[in-house]
Amino acid sequence: MCKAKTVWLFLSFLTILACAGAVRPAIAEEAAPPAAGAAAPAPKLPAYFTTTSPEPDKPLWPDPAGGNSGVWATPAGDGKGDIPEKLSLPDLYDRIAHNLFSINIVWVLVTGFLVMFMQAGFMFVETGLCRAKNAAHTAAMNFMIYPLGCLAFWAYGFAIGWGNWWNGPVPPGWYASLGPGLSVLSEGWGLGAAVDAAGKLTGAFTYGIIGAKGFFLTSAVNDVSVMVLFFFMMVFMDTTATIPTGAMAERWAWKNFCLYGLWIALPYCIYANWVWGGGWLAQGGLNWGLGHGAVDFAGSGVVHAMGGIIGLAGAMVIGARIGKYDSHGRPKALPGHNVPMVVLGTFILAFGWFGFNPGSTLAGTDLRIGFVVVNTLLASITGAIGAHLALSFKGLKPDPTMLCNGMLAGLVAITAPCAFVNPVGAAIIGLVGGILVVYSVFFWEARGIDDPVGAISVHGVNGLWGLLSVGIFATGEYGAGWNGVVRDEMVKLYGADGVRGLLYGDFSQFVMQIIDCAAVAIFGFIMAYVWFKVSDLITPIRVDKETEVEGLDGPEMGTLGYPDFQIHRGQE
Amino acid sequence: MKQIEAIIKPFKLDEVKEALSKVGIQGMTISEVKGFGRQKGHTELYRGAEYSVDFLPKVKIQILVPDEKASQVVDAILQTARTGKIGDGKIFVIPVEEVIRIRTGEKGPDAI
Repeated sequence: MCKAKTVWLFLSFLTILACAGAVRPAIAEEAAPPAAGAAAPAPKLPAYFTTTSPEPDKPLWPDPAGGNSGVWATPAGDGKGDIPEKLSLPDLYDRIAHNLFSINIVWVLVTGFLVMFMQAGFMFVETGLCRAKNAAHTAAMNFMIYPLGCLAFWAYGFAIGWGNWWNGPVPPGWYASLGPGLSVLSEGWGLGAAVDAAGKLTGAFTYGIIGAKGFFLTSAVNDVSVMVLFFFMMVFMDTTATIPTGAMAERWAWKNFCLYGLWIALPYCIYANWVWGGGWLAQGGLNWGLGHGAVDFAGSGVVHAMGGIIGLAGAMVIGARIGKYDSHGRPKALPGHNVPMVVLGTFILAFGWFGFNPGSTLAGTDLRIGFVVVNTLLASITGAIGAHLALSFKGLKPDPTMLCNGMLAGLVAITAPCAFVNPVGAAIIGLVGGILVVYSVFFWEARGIDDPVGAISVHGVNGLWGLLSVGIFATGEYGAGWNGVVRDEMVKLYGADGVRGLLYGDFSQFVMQIIDCAAVAIFGFIMAYVWFKVSDLITPIRVDKETEVEGLDGPEMGTLGYPDFQIHRGQE
Repeated sequence: MKQIEAIIKPFKLDEVKEALSKVGIQGMTISEVKGFGRQKGHTELYRGAEYSVDFLPKVKIQILVPDEKASQVVDAILQTARTGKIGDGKIFVIPVEEVIRIRTGEKGPDAI
């Protein structure tokens, strides 16, 4: 997503500078003579431009206080603050640069807070779709995945996913929107180590596979910008982590679930490295000439398809709930106990998505966020409408739980293409997502895959559809130089080489998206299937029959979700 | 003394209660119950899959009356609880051996 900064962002930044210069030409003239007097052969750039320290034995980054990325303006009248007339153009630039990083950091933190709140949305949706006798257990899984997943992400996930972030492919003129401190994320492992002109290893790989810096956020990455990136990526991973708890709800043994919570960061962060951490899928454009490499703006693939596919593997290993299929193998309904709860959760998720997608610019100064928000909105509403149409077409009533699945499907589908498509494209992507989710729920159910909340269909199937839709509907207006790809022939044809789908003239992008889909489906499924089989040997994945019939709340959690209202009707 | 036990459709409760007040009934006990008779249950669809609702929600009213009042009360219930459609419920009239008011220890019709 964000690794590849756009030339547009850089140009708009230059425009701001040009304007600042135009407003106060006197300062520019005053600043000119001393600069000429220094007679430097090359322009002397501040350290935050080059991310290298002027004194090599005293590195400026990691920077635990953030003071090395420009300076903040001090409009204090006590003689110690800024005196506007005495500021040189470089002084002014220091303040603008610091302001730029500040805007981006605040933006990413605030949108990250919204994403964290999506955890509550998942809890409501999944718990509402389960029976009352399993309410406390389902809610508790959605709760504990947050601490367990975060612990693992802190211990090893972040390092694997983003440890070599700095060496990923970037376009000319790129800078780190969260500040130069991200330059410390510079160690990893891959195939084909790159060397510079002097024959020294650069830290980059032709095919990056994992990162290897930042375990436990030790002093090596003790930097303000790294903390912001860590937080944002952590709340994203928790979305993935909580998806399988829905697909496997009402029968998953608590101990096995806890092991899973500590494991989930492994497959997630390896694949995230391939797409977002500068790994081999992101490098597909440079290595194989396929579009801009795998493009997944906010994570239809990295977050949602991965979660849905792990959920599929989990649902296959754990088996259907008792009573889900009759003696002839026909599916029977086990209705969820609280539909308003499902609707509330869906609204919370749709709200959180306004952090999820626009926050993934990693820059509040990237004005494309306007399109990202509108595209996200449009796809969410056409998703719900698409589900309604599909239900009506099949002669069914508008089941609210399916309408909610439809909205979430639209949101999942637009997550990868949200920055690259136009509003009409977004509406179509959401509509297809909403229709797809209805057929997909029936498809899996008819094949004996019991998914109480529709997680496989919402996140898995529509995550893949979102990835493909980038390769179809991306307009080429945004994403110039994404993943370091700038093709002369495209620049000649269109003026800039933005991310472009097959409807807009770049078939190779579509091919790359198919490769990305195959990668997440195969890698995610094999990793998860093996894990669930192996963890089942350590501690059983499924509760015993008596526990399942009674409800997991009492036997597994020791407390009932609704102690005052519980009337169990054992379901055989 | 008689106990009149009536199983009715839940939405008819207010109407029945009004009618019983009019014929001078001063107390009653109701409970929410589930069951089926000739009406049977029905099937519903949830996320495209069928499930059957075998037991339908009903309200059960219990009233104690002196023998002479029983037919009046039964009539009142019959008139107000009837919709004419299947599932209207049933009325049972049961003889009662003894009634005791706990607070005072009164027995028989005085305790009603």
